[in-house]
Amino acid sequence: MTALTLPDLGPLKPLTIPDTAERTLPNGLTVIAVRRSAVPLVEVRLRLPFAGTPLATSTLLTNTLFSGTSTLSTVDIAAELQAVGGGLGAGSDPDRLMISGNALASGLGRLLEILSQVLTDAAYPTNEVDTEQSRLIDRIQIALTQPAHLARVALLKRMYGQHPYAVQLPTVAQVQAVERDQLLGLHQQRLLPQGAHLILVGDIDPEGVLATAERWLGGWSGDAEPVQLDPTPPLEPGPLLLADRPDSVQSSLRLALPAVGRKHPDHAALQLANLVFGGYFSSRWVENIREDKGYTYGPHSIVDHSIAGSAVLVNAEVATEVTAPALVETLYELGRIATRPVEPAELEQARQYALGTLQLGMSTQSGLAGLVSTYVGYDLRLDFLAEHSARLASATVDDVATVAERYLGPAKGVVVVLGDAKKVQDSLAAIMPVTVEPAPQE
Amino acid sequence: MAIEIPRTHYPVERFTLPNGLRVVLAPDASAPVIGVAVVYDVGIRSEPEGRTGFAHLFEHLMFQGSANLEKLAHFRHVQGAGGTFNGSTHLDYTDYFETLPGSALERTLFLEADRMRGPRLTEENLRNQVDVVKEEIRVNVLNRPYGGFPWLKLPPVMFDTFPNAHDGYGSFVDLESATVADAADFFHKYYACGNAVLSVAGDIDVDEARALIEKHFGDVEARPAPDRPDFDEPDLTAERREEYTDRLAPLPAVAAAWRVPDPIGDLPGYLANVVLAEVLTDGDASRLVERLVLKDRSVTSVGGYIGFMGEPFEVRDPTAFVLQSHLPPGGQVDRVLATVDEELDRLAHGGLAAGELARTQARMVAHLLRENDAALNRALRMAVLEEQRGDASILNDLPHMIGSVTEEQVVAAAAALRPHRRAALEVIPGAGRAAAEGADQ
Repeated sequence: MTALTLPDLGPLKPLTIPDTAERTLPNGLTVIAVRRSAVPLVEVRLRLPFAGTPLATSTLLTNTLFSGTSTLSTVDIAAELQAVGGGLGAGSDPDRLMISGNALASGLGRLLEILSQVLTDAAYPTNEVDTEQSRLIDRIQIALTQPAHLARVALLKRMYGQHPYAVQLPTVAQVQAVERDQLLGLHQQRLLPQGAHLILVGDIDPEGVLATAERWLGGWSGDAEPVQLDPTPPLEPGPLLLADRPDSVQSSLRLALPAVGRKHPDHAALQLANLVFGGYFSSRWVENIREDKGYTYGPHSIVDHSIAGSAVLVNAEVATEVTAPALVETLYELGRIATRPVEPAELEQARQYALGTLQLGMSTQSGLAGLVSTYVGYDLRLDFLAEHSARLASATVDDVATVAERYLGPAKGVVVVLGDAKKVQDSLAAIMPVTVEPAPQE
Repeated sequence: MAIEIPRTHYPVERFTLPNGLRVVLAPDASAPVIGVAVVYDVGIRSEPEGRTGFAHLFEHLMFQGSANLEKLAHFRHVQGAGGTFNGSTHLDYTDYFETLPGSALERTLFLEADRMRGPRLTEENLRNQVDVVKEEIRVNVLNRPYGGFPWLKLPPVMFDTFPNAHDGYGSFVDLESATVADAADFFHKYYACGNAVLSVAGDIDVDEARALIEKHFGDVEARPAPDRPDFDEPDLTAERREEYTDRLAPLPAVAAAWRVPDPIGDLPGYLANVVLAEVLTDGDASRLVERLVLKDRSVTSVGGYIGFMGEPFEVRDPTAFVLQSHLPPGGQVDRVLATVDEELDRLAHGGLAAGELARTQARMVAHLLRENDAALNRALRMAVLEEQRGDASILNDLPHMIGSVTEEQVVAAAAALRPHRRAALEVIPGAGRAAAEGADQ
């Protein structure tokens, strides 16, 4: 057979920012509405600043926010939302509370009406709080048997020390101690419109829907004191932390490296350097430890952003017997990218990936809602994507080499391994000093 | 006032190339991206005895290079075009897919056509991917609590024949026994272009896409689809109940399954079960969540869905209605199953409440439309609809099909979920137990 040649790519269409409207209501709530009419639905996100809230109370609050008002039960709320094809849920992290949902576009008004009732009149009924407290405790117990969770707990503690980011799931005892009054108190203090953002994306008229939002949420009131967390502490390189999980058939390998925020001039080049290293399948690290050596299934490396700091997080679940060799290859690839320029073709490939996946991320209602609701936390809007695309498009081999040396060198990072210490400690200790601790217990 | 069920109007073009490849095109310019899917009519149920996990292992081998592409080239060309890719192995089909900016259409067609001509099957790549698949099984099954529950653990309780009952991820012994010759045979038999559907959704021009498809796939060797065996088994006549200890699980769990009507041969009877699953388990206003989670507190969570892989419109007969629950510490599985029976009885004899069906259908339609907002999801769903039901344009009809299920049909479906037709599996929590007993396994 004659060899066939790969067809060239056509021209990439320019990034287009969808039709958007924004207004800050007199109560301090900012409403952002984005049109994507492809399906007759609307995505809804309500982002509230939530830094500095007590962990167990805030976690239980997200599980009981929709448990009833003075006039509606849990079941009523769910049924009323379902009737317009809708649903709502809440989740929190150390930066924010996020209420997320969607509905048929024709039901948006009804969804906002119910949301407004919950925001202004959530009752936290004793019986429902009790139920959700037990369910949350059950989920925590399950999380504590999952290696990915345990590795994350150990890594966050190692990275963040005393910073609020260090612990992101409460203990069973902490959840047990939360009283209904604390939920009501936290709701009154922090579920307030000042500094909050409502994002609506879908088959809507962006300007027109601002009035709908104001009609239902304009009467929500109260000022929250803004809470700003300290910046995350710099990583303190040191011995590898080996969290012992006896009989583990895999080791969870985690590295954290320094990074910069989205607006930093190094950010686009760092994103590209991370891609070339291990940030997508066609990266050096994945091709090495998966496609060449077969040590692992789904290794990945990401530039992870929170409000108070950013980090590069490197993750792989590797067979117990190859734990040390997998770490050697990881350190090698980090060292290589930190000390030798990437090939122009590698950079072009990573650049195309970064630019193309931006378009993919904007191609659905839920993708747009996720982007907008994330960006508002950093005082950014969708037009940042155009700016960021331009930086991705212009980053040079030298730019990537500079940031790779600055951020990705293995000496700058911290290493955590969750695995069977009896089997992996000696070989890991041949690579770098090792400290052993039991796997997190609570 | 009931909300109106909306309709979608994706244009759907269907044609078959002279070599037998079926093609589906669904243009939609709402975003400058495309989804491309190739679905082969072979899955876990078709793998040979002694080769458990082979359909999935073979899926990995389809990424290891092909006629004109070195190992790693496929990944690099897709991602270097700004896209993402994957493949997945199901009971009745295997899919390969990409989503990318529309500028990559021709390149993507080239990549899929090249591996449809034949993957590069080498001993080295086979051994490498056996290792990768073993790590996949460790991460998803062996190293975590509730691994493979219930999708790998319940079918052997419910079914007796190898195709339906065996572990689709495969045993390590079977995976290690796989040979390059096995892979070549499997490809020749099942990866015939007569056994495949190609679909492209998103920002395309239909005429241009058609010409490019003819150019790149037109010369793929014509091989007909193999005969697909009937995998049917008799329904259960007495309850089956098994249990196992999961050494990593901290809490009890239970799953139960009942056979449902043939998804292709009896669509109305089948759809009633799809809706029933949501009436019972979709959200806090569903019957079993309200009863078991919120009122009795006998479970921590309950989920219900059709098919062991939870894809109601992508599975053939025989399949099942599956319920699964996690229980609080010390929870009693017998009590949970008895309550489920009681609630099914109540539904079968008392019918639905006012508005209960309409609100459930409205939410189901919203979920469906939301999934279909992504070009890739449309491409995948249409390819499977074309493969299994002979018409991809059913995609546009699904919301109304769901919306036209009646209360009588849902009640009849509930009435059929009797204990004597049930296969149930209990997970006994073993976490902490081995350490406490000083056991060493």
